[in-house]
Amino acid sequence: MEQAIRFRLNRRPVSITTDGERALLWVLRTEMGLTGAKFGCGQGHCGACTVIINGEAVRSCRYPLKNVTGKEVLTIEGLAENGKLHPLQKAFMQHGAVQCGFCTPGMILKSYSLLQKNANPGREDIIRALDQNLCRCSSYSRIVEAVQAAGAEMRGGRAS
Amino acid sequence: MTGTGGSLDRREFIRILGPGVYVLFWANDFIFAQQPGARGYPEDFNAYLRIGEDGRVTCFSGKIEMGQGIIASLAQMLAEELEVPYESVSMVMGDTKLCPWDAGTNGSRSIKYFGPAVRAAGAEAREVLIELAAERLQIPRERLTAKDGVVFDRTSPGTKVGYGLLAKGKTIERHLAQKPSLKPPSAFNVCGKSLPRADFEDKVTGKAQFAGDIRLPGMLYGKVLRPPAHDARLKEVRADAAKEVKEARVLQEGDFVGVVHPLPDMAERALALLKPVYEIPEATVDNGNIYGHLSGADARDNVIEQKGDLEEGVRMAALRFEESYFTPYVAHAATETHSAVADVQEDSATVWVGTQRPFGANEEIARAIGLGADKVRVITPFVGGGFGGKSQVGQAVQAARLSKMTGRPVQVVWSREEEFFYDTFQPAAVVKIASGLNASNRITFWDYHVLFAGERSSQNIYDVPNVKTVSRGSSFGGAGPHPFGTGAWRGPGSNTNIFARESHIDIMAAKAGMDPLEFRLRNLADKRMIRVVEAAAGKFGWKPGKAPGGRGQGMVCLDYLGTYVAAMAQIRVEKTSGRIRVDRIVHAQDMGPVINPAGARMQIEGAITMGLGYCLSEEIHFKGGAIESLDFGSYQIPRLSWVPVIESVLVDNTEIAPSGCGEPPIVGMGAMIANALFDATGIRMNQLPLVPQKVKAKLA
Repeated sequence: MEQAIRFRLNRRPVSITTDGERALLWVLRTEMGLTGAKFGCGQGHCGACTVIINGEAVRSCRYPLKNVTGKEVLTIEGLAENGKLHPLQKAFMQHGAVQCGFCTPGMILKSYSLLQKNANPGREDIIRALDQNLCRCSSYSRIVEAVQAAGAEMRGGRAS
Repeated sequence: MTGTGGSLDRREFIRILGPGVYVLFWANDFIFAQQPGARGYPEDFNAYLRIGEDGRVTCFSGKIEMGQGIIASLAQMLAEELEVPYESVSMVMGDTKLCPWDAGTNGSRSIKYFGPAVRAAGAEAREVLIELAAERLQIPRERLTAKDGVVFDRTSPGTKVGYGLLAKGKTIERHLAQKPSLKPPSAFNVCGKSLPRADFEDKVTGKAQFAGDIRLPGMLYGKVLRPPAHDARLKEVRADAAKEVKEARVLQEGDFVGVVHPLPDMAERALALLKPVYEIPEATVDNGNIYGHLSGADARDNVIEQKGDLEEGVRMAALRFEESYFTPYVAHAATETHSAVADVQEDSATVWVGTQRPFGANEEIARAIGLGADKVRVITPFVGGGFGGKSQVGQAVQAARLSKMTGRPVQVVWSREEEFFYDTFQPAAVVKIASGLNASNRITFWDYHVLFAGERSSQNIYDVPNVKTVSRGSSFGGAGPHPFGTGAWRGPGSNTNIFARESHIDIMAAKAGMDPLEFRLRNLADKRMIRVVEAAAGKFGWKPGKAPGGRGQGMVCLDYLGTYVAAMAQIRVEKTSGRIRVDRIVHAQDMGPVINPAGARMQIEGAITMGLGYCLSEEIHFKGGAIESLDFGSYQIPRLSWVPVIESVLVDNTEIAPSGCGEPPIVGMGAMIANALFDATGIRMNQLPLVPQKVKAKLA
């Protein structure tokens, strides 16, 4: 059923009239023109479609658009502010935590939600947070290093 | 040629490719077997590079970037010889209109075979630019030298001219009769450094475009009806309900039935409303009987190597061994599913494809839509992982057909189910080995038969007087006994062959009561291999002793297309669950001079971790042509929690040319973990994957 849905997307108000049962992922990737969130499985298994909704990491491939009404959505395109890369983005680059790059937006946003809650996560915390995000290139160990380095920078420490 | 699946003999390959040592390796490549018209790389350096008026350099490569990092290492190789700053080089990759022809990005061959072509182009262009500068500056050529994109007078460095001014963004007409020699590694300034990758920033900000991210005006999203089994036949399809979806169109040409819609999810919804009726033949093979099926299947035997006399070797043996090894169908499962956008016009087409084989895609697409290959342009955006699986381009053919039928650009992105279903799996295979040891624990004979995996890495690497190696059937292409398509999977053939050989070596060592490391060193004569083995052992802190010794350590050594590897693993086995935990892996690799050490380490760590999947969990379940593993729930790939500590040793070797990196680290994983399992528990498993239920059953 078509309905008008309003929410905030990367700090700006947006509205769209469409079938509210559609998955947020496809609306982001088509009508909203933001292709950073990726389709990897459509079943919630891989995490490539992860976005942040009201501070929580969410799999947008299974998230009905209507549920986003009035909420704040952050995608990878909105993570850098005023042209300044987020510490996670810098750390993923510095630590070589990227190979093909397809899982990267989801990995970074899932890590972002972790760091919002725990700016100094240990290896086990990171494993718990990211174990459901799949990276077939298997950059996993560098992703752990990158998340810890970004956390350090966000705490005001020196990023290694 | 003695290889599998080829239609050309070796002389024919030499004629096509021109002289060069690479011919011996390439002769067995399936890509060439599929492409009788295969060409070599062009001689004109302009095919590889263009220098803009601003001095920026564009490097053209038919190779593609799928995460392996050649976007950096190829740019480094060009910058090195051309004498320009690394940062001034931009890569254009996999565009069939702009880039020199290439067989495909596979086999860890970009550095090894395309690298020399790029380096030669850079070196010749540099020398020509110096000549042009000599004429322009009216200075003897001998006094000039080039650095950082500038030619200057050695005796008066202020007298100089930039490449940009000399080349003016045009094709450089001049060539050298005598090609300049390439720099020795000792003279490298750009190669050998961990320089940053140009793709990273776009990949962390969401700007990087994969094929599914491309949007064209008027573009539709297409989905094509998928049969329930590979051998199913479509009898009829009812489309009334699908047509009810607003703006959906159903298109049909024989058994090719597609749906297009302006929105991707609505196309999917309409597809689900199609009501097809299929006739499905009764399944005769499945996971339970596949190895028996393969063992009994008939195909041509290719003798890969033969020396000495097996019967003599049998007579010399004090101990004899006979074992069989089994590896299942394994999926590529790249995170990006196969994706493409096709814009087919009346007499031309442009197709964006996430592919490892843009020039092959070009030909396949052209055939499917009835255009000449020269009328089709394939552009390769970033590829979201390939691992061999993106050599096949069925999705691009689907997109092109739908675009031709609708007259609109059409994007096709496969669902995860389609990705599993249409995958060209690593073939299930059987290896049978008979061998013998004399009283001094030297191997006296080695009788090796690999069935349907392919011959890569089947060659014996030990010092054995009597050897016969036979490879049955083709490894690729899905013909033969496989119930569905198979193809190259990262380290094709080698994952199976090395699992078999290096497991068998440990079985012999155990029977001989010898430490697996000492046993290998006793039977190796290749000094380069011994050096790599010692490098791994030193770093690992190998605890000597016969297995099983309760230590949980396992090792392999191997040669993958000229790159040497020795690796050692430390594991634990959870007795209650049968689950294997890999704690630590030390991986020593000799691939000659390393172009980008950070990139090499990333490839090694990634390959090792990916390899844990085929060791521990990955196996396609099927009944006949029906694939049952269709999602990441039923097909488990490695996760963060599986990752061991990985320590890579890049063995220094300037004696050989730069060689492949990204596949060699994965191919030893099966045997290394199986050998560690034996050391930990005394359980020997000759069949992958080493799933907890099977380990637990053997422990009981």
